[in-house]
Amino acid sequence: MSKFKKKKSGELPAISTASLPDIVFMLLFFFMVATVMRQNTLMIENNLPQADQVEKLDKKDLVMYIYAGKPSSRYKSSAGTQARIQLNDKFAEVADIAPFVLAERAAKREELLPFLTTALKVDGKTNMGLVGDIKKELREVQALKINYTTRIGAATENR
Amino acid sequence: MAKRSAPEVNAGSMADIAFLLLIFFLVTTTIETDSGISRKLPPPIDSEVEPPVLKEKNIFVVEVNKNNDLLVEEEPMEIGDLRAAAIKFLDNGGGSGDEACDYCQGARSSSSSDNPVKAVISLRNNRETNYSTYIAVQNELVAAYTELRNREAQRLYGKTFVQMEKDLKDVNYSGNKEKLKEDIKKIQLLFPEKLSEAEPKK
Repeated sequence: MSKFKKKKSGELPAISTASLPDIVFMLLFFFMVATVMRQNTLMIENNLPQADQVEKLDKKDLVMYIYAGKPSSRYKSSAGTQARIQLNDKFAEVADIAPFVLAERAAKREELLPFLTTALKVDGKTNMGLVGDIKKELREVQALKINYTTRIGAATENR
Repeated sequence: MAKRSAPEVNAGSMADIAFLLLIFFLVTTTIETDSGISRKLPPPIDSEVEPPVLKEKNIFVVEVNKNNDLLVEEEPMEIGDLRAAAIKFLDNGGGSGDEACDYCQGARSSSSSDNPVKAVISLRNNRETNYSTYIAVQNELVAAYTELRNREAQRLYGKTFVQMEKDLKDVNYSGNKEKLKEDIKKIQLLFPEKLSEAEPKK
Protein backbone atom coordinates (compact mmCIF):
# COMPACT_ATOMS: atom_id res chain seq x y z
CA MET A 1 0.00 0.00 0.00
CA SER A 2 1.53 3.18 -1.07
CA LYS A 3 0.73 6.27 0.85
CA PHE A 4 1.55 8.69 -1.88
CA LYS A 5 -0.01 8.01 -5.21
CA LYS A 6 1.56 9.53 -8.23
CA LYS A 7 -0.71 12.16 -9.69
CA LYS A 8 -1.57 12.04 -13.28
CA SER A 9 0.59 14.44 -15.17
CA GLY A 10 -1.03 17.46 -16.76
CA GLU A 11 -3.25 18.23 -13.79
CA LEU A 12 -2.60 21.46 -11.83
CA PRO A 13 -1.25 20.67 -8.37
CA ALA A 14 -3.61 21.84 -5.60
CA ILE A 15 -2.32 24.71 -3.46
CA SER A 16 -1.41 23.45 -0.06
CA THR A 17 -3.64 24.89 2.64
CA ALA A 18 -1.72 23.25 5.42
CA SER A 19 -0.40 26.57 6.71
CA LEU A 20 -3.79 28.24 6.65
CA PRO A 21 -4.59 27.30 10.25
CA ASP A 22 -1.29 28.79 11.35
CA ILE A 23 -2.07 32.10 9.71
CA VAL A 24 -5.57 32.17 11.10
CA PHE A 25 -4.32 31.29 14.57
CA MET A 26 -1.83 34.11 14.37
CA LEU A 27 -4.62 36.58 13.63
CA LEU A 28 -6.79 34.97 16.28
CA PHE A 29 -4.17 35.41 18.98
CA PHE A 30 -3.65 39.02 17.98
CA PHE A 31 -7.33 39.82 18.36
CA MET A 32 -7.64 37.81 21.56
CA VAL A 33 -4.84 39.80 23.14
CA ALA A 34 -6.00 43.15 21.79
CA THR A 35 -9.66 42.72 22.70
CA VAL A 36 -11.09 44.66 25.55
CA MET A 37 -14.56 43.50 26.34
CA ARG A 38 -16.95 46.42 26.38
CA GLN A 39 -18.56 46.79 29.76
CA ASN A 40 -21.59 48.70 28.63
CA THR A 41 -23.69 48.56 25.53
CA LEU A 42 -23.92 52.08 24.26
CA MET A 43 -27.42 53.38 23.72
CA ILE A 44 -26.29 56.86 22.79
CA GLU A 45 -24.18 58.45 20.11
CA ASN A 46 -20.69 58.75 21.47
CA ASN A 47 -18.48 60.77 19.21
CA LEU A 48 -15.75 61.91 21.56
CA PRO A 49 -14.02 65.25 20.98
CA GLN A 50 -10.28 65.48 20.37
CA ALA A 51 -7.55 66.77 22.66
CA ASP A 52 -3.80 66.43 22.95
CA GLN A 53 -3.10 67.18 26.61
CA VAL A 54 -4.24 63.74 27.66
CA GLU A 55 -3.34 61.37 30.44
CA LYS A 56 -3.88 57.68 30.24
CA LEU A 57 -6.22 56.01 32.68
CA ASP A 58 -4.29 52.95 33.70
CA LYS A 59 -6.22 51.31 36.52
CA LYS A 60 -9.34 50.16 34.70
CA ASP A 61 -11.03 48.74 37.77
CA LEU A 62 -10.85 52.10 39.53
CA VAL A 63 -12.74 53.95 36.85
CA MET A 64 -16.47 54.43 36.63
CA TYR A 65 -17.97 55.56 33.39
CA ILE A 66 -20.71 58.08 32.81
CA TYR A 67 -21.88 58.36 29.23
CA ALA A 68 -23.90 61.19 27.75
CA GLY A 69 -25.14 62.09 24.32
CA LYS A 70 -28.12 61.95 22.04
CA PRO A 71 -29.93 58.58 22.00
CA SER A 72 -28.86 56.51 19.02
CA SER A 73 -31.35 56.03 16.21
CA ARG A 74 -32.98 52.84 17.49
CA TYR A 75 -33.79 54.42 20.85
CA LYS A 76 -35.00 57.73 19.46
CA SER A 77 -38.66 56.79 19.60
CA SER A 78 -38.56 55.75 23.24
CA ALA A 79 -35.94 58.11 24.66
CA GLY A 80 -36.42 61.26 22.62
CA THR A 81 -33.89 63.29 20.71
CA GLN A 82 -32.48 65.35 23.55
CA ALA A 83 -29.10 64.39 25.02
CA ARG A 84 -29.39 61.85 27.82
CA ILE A 85 -27.15 60.31 30.43
CA GLN A 86 -26.38 56.61 30.37
CA LEU A 87 -25.27 54.75 33.47
CA ASN A 88 -24.43 51.05 33.13
CA ASP A 89 -26.93 49.83 30.56
CA LYS A 90 -29.79 52.20 31.22
CA PHE A 91 -30.78 55.73 30.44
CA ALA A 92 -30.66 57.79 33.61
CA GLU A 93 -31.60 61.16 35.00
CA VAL A 94 -29.22 63.60 36.64
CA ALA A 95 -30.58 62.59 40.05
CA ASP A 96 -29.50 58.96 39.46
CA ILE A 97 -25.82 59.86 39.42
CA ALA A 98 -25.38 60.17 43.17
CA PRO A 99 -26.81 56.68 43.93
CA PHE A 100 -24.73 55.28 41.06
CA VAL A 101 -21.51 56.70 42.50
CA LEU A 102 -22.36 55.43 45.96
CA ALA A 103 -23.11 51.96 44.60
CA GLU A 104 -19.79 51.93 42.72
CA ARG A 105 -18.01 53.01 45.88
CA ALA A 106 -19.64 50.30 47.93
CA ALA A 107 -18.36 47.68 45.50
CA LYS A 108 -14.72 48.74 45.86
CA ARG A 109 -12.28 48.02 48.63
CA GLU A 110 -12.04 50.84 51.14
CA GLU A 111 -8.35 51.59 50.71
CA LEU A 112 -8.84 52.10 46.98
CA LEU A 113 -11.61 54.67 47.31
CA PRO A 114 -9.42 57.80 47.11
CA PHE A 115 -8.15 56.66 43.70
CA LEU A 116 -11.59 56.18 42.18
CA THR A 117 -11.91 58.27 39.03
CA THR A 118 -15.01 59.17 37.08
CA ALA A 119 -14.56 59.10 33.32
CA LEU A 120 -16.99 61.30 31.44
CA LYS A 121 -17.56 59.96 27.96
CA VAL A 122 -19.62 62.71 26.47
CA ASP A 123 -20.57 63.22 22.86
CA GLY A 124 -19.02 66.32 21.33
CA LYS A 125 -22.35 67.81 20.36
CA THR A 126 -23.81 67.72 23.84
CA ASN A 127 -24.68 71.01 25.49
CA MET A 128 -22.55 72.05 28.44
CA GLY A 129 -25.69 72.43 30.55
CA LEU A 130 -26.00 68.67 30.90
CA VAL A 131 -22.28 68.26 31.58
CA GLY A 132 -22.49 71.04 34.17
CA ASP A 133 -25.35 69.23 35.89
CA ILE A 134 -23.35 65.99 35.96
CA LYS A 135 -20.35 67.79 37.45
CA LYS A 136 -22.54 69.43 40.06
CA GLU A 137 -23.91 66.04 41.11
CA LEU A 138 -20.40 64.60 41.30
CA ARG A 139 -19.30 67.45 43.52
CA GLU A 140 -22.21 66.79 45.85
CA VAL A 141 -21.05 63.20 46.45
CA GLN A 142 -17.36 64.17 46.64
CA ALA A 143 -16.38 62.29 43.50
CA LEU A 144 -13.90 64.97 42.59
CA LYS A 145 -11.43 63.14 40.38
CA ILE A 146 -12.77 63.27 36.86
CA ASN A 147 -11.41 62.61 33.43
CA TYR A 148 -12.89 63.95 30.23
CA THR A 149 -12.29 61.03 27.92
CA THR A 150 -11.18 62.22 24.49
CA ARG A 151 -9.65 60.92 21.34
CA ILE A 152 -6.08 61.99 20.73
CA GLY A 153 -5.79 64.70 18.10
CA ALA A 154 -5.62 68.44 17.59
CA ALA A 155 -8.12 70.21 19.81
CA THR A 156 -8.59 73.06 17.38
CA GLU A 157 -10.29 70.65 14.98
CA ASN A 158 -13.28 70.28 17.27
CA ARG A 159 -16.49 72.10 16.40
CA MET B 1 2.71 -8.04 16.12
CA ALA B 2 3.28 -5.67 13.33
CA LYS B 3 4.13 -2.14 14.30
CA ARG B 4 1.14 0.05 13.54
CA SER B 5 1.37 3.79 13.49
CA ALA B 6 -1.44 5.68 15.18
CA PRO B 7 -3.94 7.01 12.66
CA GLU B 8 -3.40 10.64 11.87
CA VAL B 9 -6.04 13.05 13.11
CA ASN B 10 -7.61 14.99 10.32
CA ALA B 11 -6.68 18.60 10.87
CA GLY B 12 -8.55 19.95 7.91
CA SER B 13 -11.30 21.50 10.00
CA MET B 14 -8.90 23.22 12.35
CA ALA B 15 -8.88 26.23 10.07
CA ASP B 16 -12.66 26.42 10.26
CA ILE B 17 -12.65 26.36 14.03
CA ALA B 18 -9.95 28.99 14.16
CA PHE B 19 -11.89 31.14 11.70
CA LEU B 20 -14.97 30.88 13.87
CA LEU B 21 -13.07 32.10 16.92
CA LEU B 22 -11.34 34.77 14.88
CA ILE B 23 -14.62 36.17 13.61
CA PHE B 24 -16.02 36.19 17.13
CA PHE B 25 -13.11 38.25 18.41
CA LEU B 26 -13.18 40.51 15.37
CA VAL B 27 -16.79 41.35 16.04
CA THR B 28 -16.43 41.88 19.78
CA THR B 29 -13.29 43.99 19.55
CA THR B 30 -13.79 47.67 20.16
CA ILE B 31 -10.86 49.96 20.34
CA GLU B 32 -11.63 51.47 23.68
CA THR B 33 -10.37 54.98 24.31
CA ASP B 34 -9.04 55.26 27.81
CA SER B 35 -7.20 58.55 27.81
CA GLY B 36 -8.42 62.03 28.46
CA ILE B 37 -7.95 65.32 30.23
CA SER B 38 -7.80 64.75 33.97
CA ARG B 39 -9.30 67.45 36.13
CA LYS B 40 -10.16 67.83 39.75
CA LEU B 41 -13.52 69.31 40.69
CA PRO B 42 -13.72 71.77 43.55
CA PRO B 43 -15.36 70.42 46.69
CA PRO B 44 -18.96 71.46 47.39
CA ILE B 45 -19.29 75.10 48.31
CA ASP B 46 -19.21 75.88 51.98
CA SER B 47 -21.46 78.92 52.31
CA GLU B 48 -19.74 80.12 55.51
CA VAL B 49 -16.36 80.60 53.88
CA GLU B 50 -15.88 84.01 52.31
CA PRO B 51 -14.42 83.84 48.82
CA PRO B 52 -10.94 85.36 48.74
CA VAL B 53 -10.62 88.78 47.19
CA LEU B 54 -8.58 88.75 44.00
CA LYS B 55 -7.18 91.65 42.09
CA GLU B 56 -8.90 92.25 38.80
CA LYS B 57 -5.62 92.07 36.88
CA ASN B 58 -4.80 88.65 38.32
CA ILE B 59 -7.88 87.13 36.72
CA PHE B 60 -7.92 85.99 33.13
CA VAL B 61 -11.53 85.69 32.05
CA VAL B 62 -12.39 83.24 29.30
CA GLU B 63 -16.01 83.12 28.25
CA VAL B 64 -17.63 80.83 25.72
CA ASN B 65 -21.07 81.82 24.49
CA LYS B 66 -23.84 79.63 23.12
CA ASN B 67 -22.58 80.03 19.54
CA ASN B 68 -19.21 78.59 20.64
CA ASP B 69 -17.48 81.96 20.27
CA LEU B 70 -14.65 82.84 22.58
CA LEU B 71 -14.46 86.04 24.57
CA VAL B 72 -11.11 86.48 26.31
CA GLU B 73 -10.68 89.50 28.59
CA GLU B 74 -13.66 91.06 26.80
CA GLU B 75 -12.08 90.67 23.38
CA PRO B 76 -13.26 88.09 20.83
CA MET B 77 -10.58 85.52 20.02
CA GLU B 78 -10.01 82.45 17.87
CA ILE B 79 -9.35 79.23 19.73
CA GLY B 80 -5.95 78.88 18.06
CA ASP B 81 -4.71 82.05 19.77
CA LEU B 82 -5.92 81.11 23.24
CA ARG B 83 -2.83 79.19 24.26
CA ALA B 84 -0.46 82.06 23.46
CA ALA B 85 -2.72 84.55 25.23
CA ALA B 86 -2.90 82.38 28.35
CA ILE B 87 0.88 81.95 28.40
CA LYS B 88 1.34 85.70 28.03
CA PHE B 89 -0.96 86.30 30.97
CA LEU B 90 0.54 83.65 33.27
CA ASP B 91 4.14 84.48 32.46
CA ASN B 92 3.71 88.23 32.79
CA GLY B 93 5.22 88.62 36.28
CA GLY B 94 4.34 92.30 36.71
CA GLY B 95 4.53 92.28 40.50
CA SER B 96 7.21 93.94 42.59
CA GLY B 97 8.57 93.44 46.10
CA ASP B 98 6.95 90.38 47.71
CA GLU B 99 5.05 89.53 44.59
CA ALA B 100 7.97 89.72 42.19
CA CYS B 101 8.52 86.71 39.94
CA ASP B 102 12.17 86.05 39.20
CA TYR B 103 11.64 83.24 36.69
CA CYS B 104 9.00 84.89 34.52
CA GLN B 105 9.99 85.88 31.02
CA GLY B 106 6.90 87.87 30.17
CA ALA B 107 6.37 91.52 29.37
CA ARG B 108 6.09 92.58 33.07
CA SER B 109 3.15 94.76 32.19
CA SER B 110 1.48 96.35 35.20
CA SER B 111 -1.99 95.68 33.82
CA SER B 112 -1.58 91.88 33.66
CA SER B 113 -0.89 89.25 36.33
CA ASP B 114 1.57 89.89 39.19
CA ASN B 115 2.86 86.37 39.60
CA PRO B 116 1.95 82.93 38.22
CA VAL B 117 1.21 81.85 41.79
CA LYS B 118 -1.47 84.52 42.01
CA ALA B 119 -2.81 84.30 38.48
CA VAL B 120 -6.19 82.67 38.09
CA ILE B 121 -7.87 81.65 34.88
CA SER B 122 -11.61 81.89 35.12
CA LEU B 123 -13.62 79.91 32.62
CA ARG B 124 -17.31 80.48 32.12
CA ASN B 125 -19.47 78.74 29.60
CA ASN B 126 -23.05 79.02 28.55
CA ARG B 127 -25.45 76.12 29.09
CA GLU B 128 -25.75 75.78 25.33
CA THR B 129 -22.02 75.69 24.60
CA ASN B 130 -20.94 72.57 22.75
CA TYR B 131 -18.99 70.06 24.78
CA SER B 132 -16.32 69.76 22.09
CA THR B 133 -15.65 73.50 22.20
CA TYR B 134 -15.40 73.33 25.96
CA ILE B 135 -12.89 70.48 25.68
CA ALA B 136 -10.88 72.46 23.13
CA VAL B 137 -10.73 75.44 25.51
CA GLN B 138 -9.78 73.22 28.45
CA ASN B 139 -7.12 71.57 26.33
CA GLU B 140 -5.57 74.89 25.30
CA LEU B 141 -5.50 76.16 28.87
CA VAL B 142 -3.91 72.97 30.19
CA ALA B 143 -1.44 73.17 27.30
CA ALA B 144 -0.48 76.70 28.36
CA TYR B 145 0.40 75.46 31.85
CA THR B 146 2.25 72.45 30.48
CA GLU B 147 4.29 74.61 28.13
CA LEU B 148 5.38 76.94 30.93
CA ARG B 149 6.18 74.02 33.24
CA ASN B 150 8.19 72.40 30.47
CA ARG B 151 10.21 75.57 30.09
CA GLU B 152 11.01 75.81 33.79
CA ALA B 153 11.80 72.11 34.10
CA GLN B 154 14.15 72.40 31.14
CA ARG B 155 15.89 75.32 32.80
CA LEU B 156 16.18 73.80 36.28
CA TYR B 157 16.58 70.08 35.63
CA GLY B 158 17.50 69.80 31.96
CA LYS B 159 14.44 67.86 30.85
CA THR B 160 10.83 68.68 30.16
CA PHE B 161 8.06 68.41 32.72
CA VAL B 162 6.26 65.88 30.55
CA GLN B 163 9.39 63.73 30.50
CA MET B 164 9.71 64.00 34.28
CA GLU B 165 6.17 62.78 34.76
CA LYS B 166 6.76 59.97 32.31
CA ASP B 167 9.91 58.96 34.21
CA LEU B 168 7.97 58.91 37.45
CA LYS B 169 5.60 56.34 36.02
CA ASP B 170 8.33 54.34 34.33
CA VAL B 171 9.29 51.25 36.35
CA ASN B 172 12.65 51.03 34.62
CA TYR B 173 13.68 54.57 35.57
CA SER B 174 17.20 54.39 36.97
CA GLY B 175 17.35 57.71 38.85
CA ASN B 176 16.10 58.60 42.30
CA LYS B 177 12.31 58.63 42.26
CA GLU B 178 11.91 60.43 45.57
CA LYS B 179 13.95 63.33 44.29
CA LEU B 180 12.06 63.30 41.01
CA LYS B 181 8.79 63.54 42.90
CA GLU B 182 10.05 66.58 44.80
CA ASP B 183 11.28 68.21 41.62
CA ILE B 184 7.89 67.75 40.00
CA LYS B 185 6.24 69.29 43.07
CA LYS B 186 8.57 72.29 42.83
CA ILE B 187 7.73 72.89 39.19
CA GLN B 188 4.05 72.56 39.96
CA LEU B 189 4.41 75.19 42.66
CA LEU B 190 6.09 77.58 40.26
CA PHE B 191 3.09 77.39 37.94
CA PRO B 192 0.15 76.12 39.97
CA GLU B 193 -2.86 75.20 37.89
CA LYS B 194 -5.47 77.68 39.03
CA LEU B 195 -8.33 77.14 36.71
CA SER B 196 -11.66 78.17 38.14
CA GLU B 197 -14.95 77.39 36.50
CA ALA B 198 -17.80 79.76 37.13
CA GLU B 199 -21.41 78.66 37.21
CA PRO B 200 -22.74 78.71 33.67
CA LYS B 201 -25.09 81.48 32.66
CA LYS B 202 -28.53 80.53 31.51
